[in-house]
Amino acid sequence: MHEVSLMQDAVILAVKHARQAGGTHIHRLMMRIGPLSGVVPEALEFAFEVVARGTMAEGARLEIERVPIVCHCAACAREFEAADMLCECPECHQPSCEIRRGREMHLMSVEVS
Amino acid sequence: MCQECGCGIVGDVTIDGKTIRRDASHDHEHSPEYAHGHEHDHDHAHDHPHEHPHSHPHPHEPRVVTVEQGILEKNDRLAERNRGYFQAKGLYVLNILASPGAGKTAFIERMVVDLHDQVKAGVIVGDLATDNDAKRLRGRGVPAVQVTTGTTCHLDAEMVALAMRQLDLDALNLLVIENVGNLVCPAAYDLGEDLRVVLLSVTEGEDKPLKYPIIFKSAQVVVVNKMDIAAAVGFDRETTLRNIHRMAPQAIIFETSARTGQGMDAWYRYLDEAIRGHAASTAST
Repeated sequence: MHEVSLMQDAVILAVKHARQAGGTHIHRLMMRIGPLSGVVPEALEFAFEVVARGTMAEGARLEIERVPIVCHCAACAREFEAADMLCECPECHQPSCEIRRGREMHLMSVEVS
Repeated sequence: MCQECGCGIVGDVTIDGKTIRRDASHDHEHSPEYAHGHEHDHDHAHDHPHEHPHSHPHPHEPRVVTVEQGILEKNDRLAERNRGYFQAKGLYVLNILASPGAGKTAFIERMVVDLHDQVKAGVIVGDLATDNDAKRLRGRGVPAVQVTTGTTCHLDAEMVALAMRQLDLDALNLLVIENVGNLVCPAAYDLGEDLRVVLLSVTEGEDKPLKYPIIFKSAQVVVVNKMDIAAAVGFDRETTLRNIHRMAPQAIIFETSARTGQGMDAWYRYLDEAIRGHAASTAST
């Protein structure tokens, strides 16, 4: 997708929260990324080094928690973790129309001092 | 290089030729005619040098600060604002997404011209460069605004909020947004639309829905376009429909030719019902 500008937004958000907390240095950024967010975690990591340069997040560690796609199957009345983007129910093999999680693109927390 | 997708294109975001957003990410000025009241904080990641005549505590023990915010939250907020505004104006809004060359402009052109007597439509067109599409639509008597996104591979909610000011929305009941030709990035950006329509043309290959899962998962309607040349290009209809259904079981599928008009009536009936349903629900709230 366009991970450089998204990572830039994430760093801006991180710096804003770090400043509000009275911090001057960011040691770690924790992000949560779902497969349906459209962003590639490796591309975020690559972008991070570049966009963090010259900011209080320079040299910080980026930790990305990859979360699975969770869907609901109406026919089987159950929630399931999708094996891939097709989101087929492992019981009845029908594609799910209800994606409950997996679109996450969140900055969860920052470690500051 | 393009900051968004690395495509090498450089340029500003403009609406009908007027710059609203400069290419450099920090040089973010709006020309006075686009002055607007949205929340507009200028957070930035670098520090400005500052004097410290007073002393204040500098805690050095690392600690975790909870953020729990979506990176696209700002766009989502602006999209919700657009949605409320459209609702107040009684406008039904379509977001049309497709690869370059799938026939988005032809599809919109045909639709607004065919429906001219029933529906008063305006169009916002997004392209990386040129105002050819807006000109083409205006040539058919359709009010159209061109957003050229320069470096940006998708439309976002703010661009739509600024572009719609160029249209007389009170005179319209349908707003069609033609997104930038791209099956990746536009998927993530809510514009405040009521209906997301993904177009796929018969020349694109049967496995396109499998290759671009996210955009097809987000579609409420999938249109298979250029059906008039299906036989000539050896289009495998059955496989394509099966793949759309597998990736986008939630979507309603139409098979059309914007050139000949084939299959457009079924889409118009669906749209007409959607607009009526929307008007009724808006009136009752």
